[in-house]
Amino acid sequence: MNNLLVLPMALPVLAGIILIFFRNQIKLQRGISLGVSFANIGIAIYLLNRIQEEGILRLDFGGWEPPFGILFVADSFSVILVLITSIVAAICLLYAFSSIGKSHEKMLFYSFVNFLIAGVNGSFLTGDLFNLYVNFEVMLLASYVLIALGGKKIQLRESIKYVVINVLSSWFFLIAIAYLYGSVGTLNMAHISERIAESGQTPLLTGISMVFLTVFALKSGLLLYFWLPGSYSVPPTAVAALFGALLTKVGIYAIIRVFTLFFYHDPDFTHTIIGILAGVSLIGGSIGAVAYKDIRQIVSYNVVIGVGFILIGLSVGTQAALEGSIYYLMHDMIVKALLFLLAGTMIKVAGSASMDEMSGLIRNYPLFGWLFFIVMISLAGMPPLSGFIGKVLIGQGTVETGSYVLLALAFLSSIVVLYSLLRIFLNCFWGETMISFEDEVPMKMGWLIPCVLLSAATIGLGLGTEVFAPYVSDAANTLLNPQIYIDAILYDK
Amino acid sequence: MKINNVILRTVTRIVVYIILTLAVYLFLAGHNNPGGGFIGGLVLSSAFVLLFIVFDIETIEKAIPFDFKKVAALGAFLAVGTGFGAFVFDVPFLTQAFGYFNLPFFGEVELTTVTIFELGVALVVVGVVVTIILSISEDV
Repeated sequence: MNNLLVLPMALPVLAGIILIFFRNQIKLQRGISLGVSFANIGIAIYLLNRIQEEGILRLDFGGWEPPFGILFVADSFSVILVLITSIVAAICLLYAFSSIGKSHEKMLFYSFVNFLIAGVNGSFLTGDLFNLYVNFEVMLLASYVLIALGGKKIQLRESIKYVVINVLSSWFFLIAIAYLYGSVGTLNMAHISERIAESGQTPLLTGISMVFLTVFALKSGLLLYFWLPGSYSVPPTAVAALFGALLTKVGIYAIIRVFTLFFYHDPDFTHTIIGILAGVSLIGGSIGAVAYKDIRQIVSYNVVIGVGFILIGLSVGTQAALEGSIYYLMHDMIVKALLFLLAGTMIKVAGSASMDEMSGLIRNYPLFGWLFFIVMISLAGMPPLSGFIGKVLIGQGTVETGSYVLLALAFLSSIVVLYSLLRIFLNCFWGETMISFEDEVPMKMGWLIPCVLLSAATIGLGLGTEVFAPYVSDAANTLLNPQIYIDAILYDK
Repeated sequence: MKINNVILRTVTRIVVYIILTLAVYLFLAGHNNPGGGFIGGLVLSSAFVLLFIVFDIETIEKAIPFDFKKVAALGAFLAVGTGFGAFVFDVPFLTQAFGYFNLPFFGEVELTTVTIFELGVALVVVGVVVTIILSISEDV
């Protein structure tokens, strides 16, 4: 019995519900939320090792065998993502404890964070297309609340945009599922894959794949990222970090899953289009990242660059490139959370989001300044840190297949990332300090410790590449050979 | 001017019981006929909404002293809780159990754990609908 598989989704749901009853006991709320995240980290590590020994695990809800019931599937790819999600969630919660404020905490903040995590974990683990939609909605509804919670004017304005664009893309998602169900007559992911392989990927199915690509591109900010910089710069720092680290990644996961499991028969068309979209979002994100002086905007455009970079790996589609994508996905989740936390803290201590209005922060907050330096070189891909291995492997993949345009775009974008963050570093941290020591905002330990933990995670991920290598290569192998997935679901009784 | 709506109030007093009965019927019929937790909960909450419209909110809140947010949470807890029963009995998550029981007066009845799940759904629907109605009716 693999009931353990459902816990990464069911535990946060249960915790979120229980916390509604204890609305005013803030200590209890914090304890339970953090406890759930730690439990999920433990479960994910345990599952990862079991998958190495026993292959893909699955849990049929209610004992209904696939393709008739809903099921959760744990392969290395999804469990790696669950693990990183739980780590990031735990650290963002730590940051929220000392930054979010009583009024938020009493308005069921921790419940909604738990629901958000449940939706994210459920999306990673599910093996049923409609269940993926439901988990997306769980995640999105929680994110609607978290983006609007606080009720400032700008939050309301941006949350309306965010809700409208996501309602629209969810509707497209439903239509795409309806088309696919009409064409292949099943919703179980493994069964869909098998049916598509039997009938060959007809032009109709390729058309449906483009509807799916549109949906997930809207969710993940691939080319269709116009809503992203505004929405990600209005919520409180801890929430923005959770969004930046998790939400777009679920869209990326869905693209990778759909285009490696279902629509892999006509890569000349589909994967080329993904490559073009990824290239254009690299360019667009790069322009955005150097164009603004508002720190939150720069950070948000860096999310877009990350999305483009990861999907280049999928577009190329060799073993090395997919491994690179997975490494970079892990790295990106951790580092984007760190970047959002640092940017939010900078705005809090400097009292302004504009680069022109702060300078010399490193005199007041030396450790904080060097943390920003670490995140900068990690994002740029300096060797000892975690961004390096992903970039190298994706580069190797593009060279193997001769996609030199993508190669050039990918590595030029790294320079732009470095430049955009170096600009923040030089303008805000160096120079004459503008905060005198008397009226500086004291740096709370609760703000610093989560950033230190995330920096340690990015260094650990960079140095410990060898530790993760077997899991990542297993994940890439499963993605490249859908038959492994199908056999584990449909033919393993 | 105070409006004398004695006819409306008298009719409501009777109609509310009919609606409540229909809600319970729909809820219990769900397993073999159209109906179930969602529609049952919706009809149940329509009875509450009728009461809130015809009488004023304070009177009804005094008569039905529930915090409807907690009603919704309790419902969700029941629904998820039936899933967690799987851990106790060592069966796959969300497995349902059923059995036939001889109840006095009703005779042989099929009782299933799905009913508990559906009860959770109904409570969530009631809680959410009434919370929405009460929140948007408040003066800010």
